[in-house]
Amino acid sequence: MRHLMSPLDFSVEELEKLMETAGDIESNPQKYAHVCDGKKLATLFYEPSTRTRLSHEAAMLNLGGSVLGFSSADSSSAAKGESVADTIRTISCYADICAMRHPKEGAALVASQNATIPVINAGDGGHQHPTQTLADLLTIHSLKGRLGNMTIGLCGDLKFGRTVHSLIHALVRYPHVRFVLISPEELRVPSYIRTDVLDQQNIEYEEVVRLEDALPSLDILYMTRVQKERFFNEEDYVRMKDFYILDSKKMELAPKDMYVLHPLPRVNEIAVEVDNDPRAAYFKQAQYGVYIRMALIMTLLNIEV
Amino acid sequence: MVKNTLNVGRISEGFVLDHIQAGRSMDIYKYLHLDKLDCCVAIIKNAKSNKMGKKDIMKIECPIDFMDLDVLGFIDHNITINIVKDEKVVDKKALHLPHEIKNIIKCKNPRCITSIEQELEHVFVLTDPEHEIYRCKYCEQKYDGRLRRR
Repeated sequence: MRHLMSPLDFSVEELEKLMETAGDIESNPQKYAHVCDGKKLATLFYEPSTRTRLSHEAAMLNLGGSVLGFSSADSSSAAKGESVADTIRTISCYADICAMRHPKEGAALVASQNATIPVINAGDGGHQHPTQTLADLLTIHSLKGRLGNMTIGLCGDLKFGRTVHSLIHALVRYPHVRFVLISPEELRVPSYIRTDVLDQQNIEYEEVVRLEDALPSLDILYMTRVQKERFFNEEDYVRMKDFYILDSKKMELAPKDMYVLHPLPRVNEIAVEVDNDPRAAYFKQAQYGVYIRMALIMTLLNIEV
Repeated sequence: MVKNTLNVGRISEGFVLDHIQAGRSMDIYKYLHLDKLDCCVAIIKNAKSNKMGKKDIMKIECPIDFMDLDVLGFIDHNITINIVKDEKVVDKKALHLPHEIKNIIKCKNPRCITSIEQELEHVFVLTDPEHEIYRCKYCEQKYDGRLRRR
């Protein structure tokens, strides 16, 4: 039995197959409409989430399965002090697969060790959020037709943004990927990512502060939100939150075939006017998130079409 | 004139741990859970050593298949382990960094699931043998404590 804890759980070849299935789902949704008939997905969300929970549920419903679960710790037995291990042992009796979000890092791994059904890590604190990374990879692959040979700009909160860290880990496995890390000094990529991942694997990268300087050379621009909950004082957050605002004027500096991605939700970092630009791909990214989760559920349940 | 020496008798079966960094023997006593075992233990602190200047030595009298000494590889892999049977050294055990250590050190990351989950073992995994880096199995936080040889 297989689980998904980290985006690196799948090899490059397995990811290729997963994306191929997701691509076929996009082209032929009817072919997959009943492949999970009679199967149940449990969504165990110990902290609030809109898109991650709903996209998992949408994925299972699109496959013909059904869903059950809870959307906050208050409405689960965790409020009574039940352990993750006991919860998952019980849920294993009710469902065929589960997606878990938990505020504590490593919670999904504990679940996988005690489950008799596949467990999908749908976010464990600031640690991993693998299905977001899979959605990012599928989006880039679908829009550009490749995952190697490209320059990717990562912009905003590169210090606390776990999606950025996971994406870097996942993309360095492809040839000739170059990163432009765009952030204020205070929100630079942590040193362990620079030394242990980028330097160690001789990955080309540069760090810049001005978005305008980076834009002309990019194939992909991955924007991120400055996360209020990560700051210890309001003053620092207020100073950082509008550091980058991508607007139509800045988009004029970008190549015509560059795409803008964002894990959402956005706050101010992408002006609404950019939504109409054909290069704005962040809502498509949400759609790709459903396709890849459909492919993932099928893979973990060993369903082949 | 009497020489200023300290003699500790031979053991018939057990282990002699030599080349322990001076002052660390009580840590080893604790991590091998020797306080819970009903066996004879001799601890020699600050013994003279040509190689180390000062060192600690421990003699533990117990059946040789009785104790898991792998944790010593994590604490200090320079320790020499002599295995004694019938009052003779029958083998020497080389120490390596263990791939995984359980319930020896605790994860200090307050955001880690180990901070709240009952009965969950604290497991650290050797992720970088070259730099001897251990990370929590659950949250991947690097172990940054002072248990290991300094």
